[in-house]
Amino acid sequence: MGGNGALSLRAEGVTLGYAGRPVVSGLNLAVAAGEILVVLGPSGCGKSTLLRAFAGLLPAASGRLVAGGEPVTGTSADRALVFQDDALLPWRTARRNVELALALRGVRRGERRATAARWLERVGLGDAADRLPRELSGGMRQRVQLARTLAAGPRAILMDEPFGALDAQTRASMQRLLLDVLADAPATVVFVTHDVDEALLLGHRIVVLGAAGVAAEFPVPASRDLLLAALGAAPEVVQDARPETRVEEREAV
Amino acid sequence: MTATRARGPRADATRADATRTDVTRTGAGRAGGARVSGLLRWPVRAASLATALLAWQILTAANVRFWVRFDRFPGPMDVLREFGRQVEEAQFWQDIAQSLVRILTGFALAAVLGVVLGVATARSRWAGDLLQPLFEVARPIPAIALVPVAILLFPANEQGIVFITFAAAFFPVLVSTRHAVKALPVVWEDAVRTLGAGRRRVLLRVVLPGVLPGVFGGLSIGMGVAWICVISAEMISGDFGVGYRTWQAYTIVDYPGVLVGMATIGLLGWLTSAAVEVAGRRLTRWLPREER
Ligand SMILES: Nc1ncnc2c1ncn2[C@@H]1O[C@H](COP(=O)(O)OP(=O)(O)O)[C@@H](O)[C@H]1O
Ligand SMILES: [Mg+2]
Repeated sequence: MGGNGALSLRAEGVTLGYAGRPVVSGLNLAVAAGEILVVLGPSGCGKSTLLRAFAGLLPAASGRLVAGGEPVTGTSADRALVFQDDALLPWRTARRNVELALALRGVRRGERRATAARWLERVGLGDAADRLPRELSGGMRQRVQLARTLAAGPRAILMDEPFGALDAQTRASMQRLLLDVLADAPATVVFVTHDVDEALLLGHRIVVLGAAGVAAEFPVPASRDLLLAALGAAPEVVQDARPETRVEEREAV
Repeated sequence: MTATRARGPRADATRADATRTDVTRTGAGRAGGARVSGLLRWPVRAASLATALLAWQILTAANVRFWVRFDRFPGPMDVLREFGRQVEEAQFWQDIAQSLVRILTGFALAAVLGVVLGVATARSRWAGDLLQPLFEVARPIPAIALVPVAILLFPANEQGIVFITFAAAFFPVLVSTRHAVKALPVVWEDAVRTLGAGRRRVLLRVVLPGVLPGVFGGLSIGMGVAWICVISAEMISGDFGVGYRTWQAYTIVDYPGVLVGMATIGLLGWLTSAAVEVAGRRLTRWLPREER
């Protein structure tokens, strides 16, 4: 559904800040098309700020932000942001929140309802579709937001601690869902988390953001891809069981 | 292995269900409690009105003169009798219709322009610079002080009265809309923008629905001041209408008639405010109970 495949992202000597006070200075960072880059770092180091900048919500004070070879000048449906805090429209039910993303993508009215229902089904909220955000728990709201974003089929997904409010089991199934979706519709992902396990599980590459830009960078060993391929190639494994299997195998490593 | 594992997310769903049931239960419990105390509140409300009526009856029947004088003041029965007489006359209903047309026209204009200009001045620096100074200067002028202006400006009385009603209701709507726009959580707009919405769609899908609770606060106040101003304007320069008729009754020393006029204004004001309130509640059902 997303147009033209994954989008590469690049920050070239980028300084970001609020009211002239820099938060991130002279950052250089390149994310290849289709890569999952995990960003770790202490609170307040500018992880959310960086995602907002890539999303086009915050202009760079200096330097250049590039997406798919084009300079980032504003927001676009190609670069969706899954917000850390509550970003659902409170007057729309879960389903209508997802439908909004589809409408903005030009999906025909007649198809929106079924498509939105399907995405809510995929995040495990099939029976919560007609509830308002205030009638959902924090974790359920995060999953609706995930469904809304994935339904839009963006070419780059900027995820700001998207699974932070989920219990371990749901978190594992959302991680699995994300990887499944990316396998069908490739997209570049910048994923912010505090959870090192999650970083190792999802990332192709992990960067640690510090006060002076990228403080450290780690490739994730190739065994991860082999592991995922092995899991994907086992058709008798019940889909719901996969995340736990993976967690176990990871713990065994 | 698969069987137990497969239950994983389902267990989560069950847990979510349990949470939901709890929520519903507390919700129902609270609603149930509210219904009971709501039932208890109606007699209290009725008793409050009845007590006022009774006090009025006693004070007038006993011709009390204790600094305030009730000896020439009509009692509730006189007023009720006069009311009964008036409802049989076409003129009473014509006056009501006239006043309602005036207030609804002025109020509708104020609602539309107040919301449009409130959003415009809050969201566009250009519109803000252009219009805001004008509004700040015009706002403190009591709408009723515009009667001479209205007489000068408009060819007919009718338009002048509608203009004054409009002026009265416009500013509360404008100001509360402005504040509501400024207070909108930025994340709602940001989220919809990163899903590909442009300015127009943000306006239609986020700003307008999001400011509704604030707008309705302004509409409620606006409806109240609109009544004050339509009645005053009718008293000063009307040829028809409840305000005009009430003042007429006073000039011919028909005190029961004056009080019938006042009661009519009270009832109409209450009904129109209730209509605004009900519309507001319907359109903002999504608000948490406490804020509603
Ligand atoms: N809207 C804002 N206005 C001013 N300062 C902000 C704003 N948002 C974040 N900051 C500041 O920028 C710094 C980085 O914030 P943020 O990017 O949210 O950190 P992180 O997501 O890594 O925890 C913090 O010091 C924070 O106080
Ligand atoms: Mg953050």
